[in-house]
Amino acid sequence: MGDHRYVVSVMPKDGILDPQGRAVELSLPHLGVDSVHGVRVGRRVELVVDADDEPAARAIVERLAGDLFANPLIESWRVERAAPAEVAT
Amino acid sequence: MKAGVVVFPGSNCDRDALHAIGLAGAEPVALWHEDADLHGAEIVILPGGFAYGDYLRAGVLARFSPIMGAIRDHAARGGLVLGICNGFQVLAEAGLVPGALLRNASMRFEHRWVRLTVERRDTPFTNLVPPGMTLRLPVAHGEGCFTLPDREMATLEARSGVLFRYAQPEGNPNGSERDIAGVLNARENVCGLMPHPERASEEILGSDDGLLLLRSLVESAAASRQPAVGAAA
Repeated sequence: MGDHRYVVSVMPKDGILDPQGRAVELSLPHLGVDSVHGVRVGRRVELVVDADDEPAARAIVERLAGDLFANPLIESWRVERAAPAEVAT
Repeated sequence: MKAGVVVFPGSNCDRDALHAIGLAGAEPVALWHEDADLHGAEIVILPGGFAYGDYLRAGVLARFSPIMGAIRDHAARGGLVLGICNGFQVLAEAGLVPGALLRNASMRFEHRWVRLTVERRDTPFTNLVPPGMTLRLPVAHGEGCFTLPDREMATLEARSGVLFRYAQPEGNPNGSERDIAGVLNARENVCGLMPHPERASEEILGSDDGLLLLRSLVESAAASRQPAVGAAA
């Protein structure tokens, strides 16, 4: 057994309305920035899995990503292993 | 006829729903989200609010509450389920009705009166709505923009699964595709809608149009009752 660390990145799918990103983008002129576009806002989930090996741990993370962290109708996700220092326990 | 209203941590329309379903003729029963059974409720209402603080995504954490298993079983037996606002978000996240509810296109929390067309009157949720009548109900939500991938949307429309659409003069408050305000599951015994019928169930509230939906629900549940085996005559 051991700790396996992951980062799951969840983003609105291409073509899905992202009012949060739009709101951020519309506020940029207030910061004096007019050179930025294409802002999309997603979510980052960090987690540590106690499992026998990496494939077993990853299977749990993939399941959680599709069932809980992301809604597959509107969001895409990516699971990555995190370096030990990157995820606090 | 018991009608259960599920209380999640963060529900805030549960008492209104209990009151309104009582006006519609049912015996209201509050169902705690950690209960694993429906305590005899023949109708289940998932009320509005912010279950689990809307953390992660509106409705998603509530989807895993113990009571959801009992609600799934109830729906699988043909039992009636109505999700209002946050309750609709829970049903959608649970896959009990199609679709997903995105943040409003306006980027604002929208709370105002809207007008709805009732697309069908042959459902347990709408059969008391007079032909031609539109409904005046309030909305109050930040994430009500209904969306569905094109193919699933075509399937939904082909089976006439859209029950309510936003109509003029107030129009679509949240950017929902095809002005969709409420949908049915394929079996047509589970309905989710963003507007609040329970907040429009007495004239003093500005409209009692919502009571038509709640009364339809109660009368349909009574009509669909199977005579109990061995019941006294």
